[in-house]
Amino acid sequence: MAEGAKTVAHMRPGDVGIILGFLDDHLSIKLMEMGCLPGSPVRFNFTAPFGDPICISVSGYELSLRLEEAGTISIVN
Amino acid sequence: MIQAKRQKIALIGNPNSGKSSLFNFLTGLNQKIGNFPGVTVDKRSGYCQLSPGHDAEIIDLPGIYSIYPRSIDESIVSEILLNKNAVEYPDKIVVIADATNLKRNLLLVTQIIDLGLPVILALNMMDLAVKAGISYDFNALSKQLGVPVVPINARKGVGLDELKKCIEQTSTSPSKSIFKIWSDAYVAIKDLRIHFDVISDYGAYLFLEQPQTLHFLSKENQQKIDDLRNRHGFFPGKFQGAETIQRYTFIQDLLNEVTLKTADLGWKKNSQKLDLILTHKVWGYLIFLGILFFIFQSIFAWAQTPMDLIDGFFADISQYLNKILPEGPLSNLLTEGIIPGIGGIMIFIPQIAILFAFISILEETGYMARVVFLMDKIMRKFGLNGKSVVPLMSGVACAIPAIMATRTIDNWKERTITIFVTPLMSCSARLPVFAILIGLIVPDQKAFWFFNLQGLALMGLYLLGFFAAIGSAWIMAQIIKVKERSYLIMELPTYRWPKWSNVGLTIVEKTKSFVFEAGKVIMAISVILWVLASYGPGDNISKARENVLAQSQNERLTKQGLEDRIASYKLEHSYAGIIGKSIEPAIKPLGYDWKIGIALITSFAAREVFVGTMATIYSIGKVDESAAEGQKTIKNRMKQEINPDTGGPRFTPAAGFSLLLFYTFAMQCMSTLAVVYRETKGWKWPAIQFVYMTSLAYLSSFIVFQIMS
Repeated sequence: MAEGAKTVAHMRPGDVGIILGFLDDHLSIKLMEMGCLPGSPVRFNFTAPFGDPICISVSGYELSLRLEEAGTISIVN
Repeated sequence: MIQAKRQKIALIGNPNSGKSSLFNFLTGLNQKIGNFPGVTVDKRSGYCQLSPGHDAEIIDLPGIYSIYPRSIDESIVSEILLNKNAVEYPDKIVVIADATNLKRNLLLVTQIIDLGLPVILALNMMDLAVKAGISYDFNALSKQLGVPVVPINARKGVGLDELKKCIEQTSTSPSKSIFKIWSDAYVAIKDLRIHFDVISDYGAYLFLEQPQTLHFLSKENQQKIDDLRNRHGFFPGKFQGAETIQRYTFIQDLLNEVTLKTADLGWKKNSQKLDLILTHKVWGYLIFLGILFFIFQSIFAWAQTPMDLIDGFFADISQYLNKILPEGPLSNLLTEGIIPGIGGIMIFIPQIAILFAFISILEETGYMARVVFLMDKIMRKFGLNGKSVVPLMSGVACAIPAIMATRTIDNWKERTITIFVTPLMSCSARLPVFAILIGLIVPDQKAFWFFNLQGLALMGLYLLGFFAAIGSAWIMAQIIKVKERSYLIMELPTYRWPKWSNVGLTIVEKTKSFVFEAGKVIMAISVILWVLASYGPGDNISKARENVLAQSQNERLTKQGLEDRIASYKLEHSYAGIIGKSIEPAIKPLGYDWKIGIALITSFAAREVFVGTMATIYSIGKVDESAAEGQKTIKNRMKQEINPDTGGPRFTPAAGFSLLLFYTFAMQCMSTLAVVYRETKGWKWPAIQFVYMTSLAYLSSFIVFQIMS
């Protein structure tokens, strides 16, 4: 990953990806508890008016998180 | 079967899994709200008849996503489940899971199963699952988890008979444990279970993993566990990530096996369309503002009539008792201290009930999560969190429930700041004070075409409180340096209609907890103030009548006028009057005299006491006129009050605005301080808050008075 991993924070509304892993140990547990699991598909739904926080679909429900947290979830798409 | 004692059933589940609906259905109106011992988390419990002659106590625990806590609310669950001696320690657990979102819900389910208590899994929202085309093999699910599974629809009450039967019949622990504890941790667990009576390996494992939830152990025992942890090289959080992954691996395999049909997400289409409007950059904020406006309108418009009725009702009781009871200090305490004190609490019920009706509706529909989503970025700029919006909104009715509502904020710094600034929002107790002062100094005229000047002034004061709150938050965010990460990871639930019985029960619950929590303090202060205002040193009070008669020999006073003057004389020579006079030098630069000083002091019980105190000091005497008339008289008396230094009226615009600002900013509410003390677990924050707000009030009043006069 020469130019840094692609993360959920890089996605645009409507994009779909698969979660690869996490760039932050501390947040990873909370994110996993909330259903963001490596191997799960994730869809970027929309952002709040100022572009942050964002809403994603994961594990069959809608989750909102800040861009900062989204930036710790690496994905492939 | 005859049971020796009533069984305790704990209700556990994710937020938004329908836990409250299930609790309400099981217990109906048979609920009581209390506190979990030692902490301030509201505890809801109630009784449910499982079968004829067989009752169980149902305890509703806060919604959690995992047994590992992140906020105060959440930690209560593991605290209770790990403490065998807790009063609330359950005999059985009902875990409720959202069938449309089983994967995430099962994480908690598997953790609870591993604790070793008898568990029943209630699979909720089966109606939505069916709509979404999901279907599960319940038998396989039950077999794989080792616990009975009951499909229910908690909103409509479907499947509850089966659930009750199942609760009654289940008495054995889950037949398997799901999490395989690694061998090096296992040694530590075995060691721990020799010394401590823990019913499962996983329970023991949590003793090692969660030192922060073990308050119930003695210092000695906590030390023992620390030693064990050190001896085995086990540190908290070490395996938490790995545990979560292992559990999800199990869950994925399980779901692959038991899912007969997967979801077709089409059923969420409407909810998604709604989100495009409600979180839109223009419409989203406009709609939110509109809702806020509507709520405040309703609080002030609808609450007025019941508030007047309550006011009148307590005045009538006082008067009636005054008539039938013999004269004496005890009857006076009852009619002038205790009953008005109770009245002072009850009068807030309409506003609090209306506010919580709205908040509960917004939460039930799922809109509240969108408000947090919309406001987070803005609030963060001021050191707050999107979740601070709810406390700030509630603060307009009363700071007490508002401060209690900050428990959902899991970041310590953001929560503390929210608690700190919430009392700056203009609460309903300030409204009567604002109303009378504005009526006194702002002319009742139209400005521009249709804006009423008095209305504008009132709105200005509310805005001032709001800006003071967010401004102070910003300053505090710069001062408090904490290296705690702030984050917002929050479910956005699918929109749905509110369930009205849940709304009703929330209103009852919140109102009750306000009456009992805040009520105690308001009551106590009212009585103390009554004593201060009724007694004084020496015999000035007992000789009031003679002294006044002597002074007014040459005046021809009516009987009423004489009584008024005696009441006024008594207050002046009471302890409260003496305190008022002694603080006069300090408040003179703000434009106040000792009479206003008394009002400032008595306002510490509750700000609206200002009006009553003014009535007494300016010797209005009896309150037998209707409320509106009464106010008019107080207003007139205040208008006529002369400032002996200037010879002009006491309540000049300068003094009036200075007083308005003082009431906007000052921390004049003992109940709020008491709640802040409880919520922050110490006197540090209430003390800082008191000093800060009072200084802010003093300074701004000083500046305004000096500039205007």
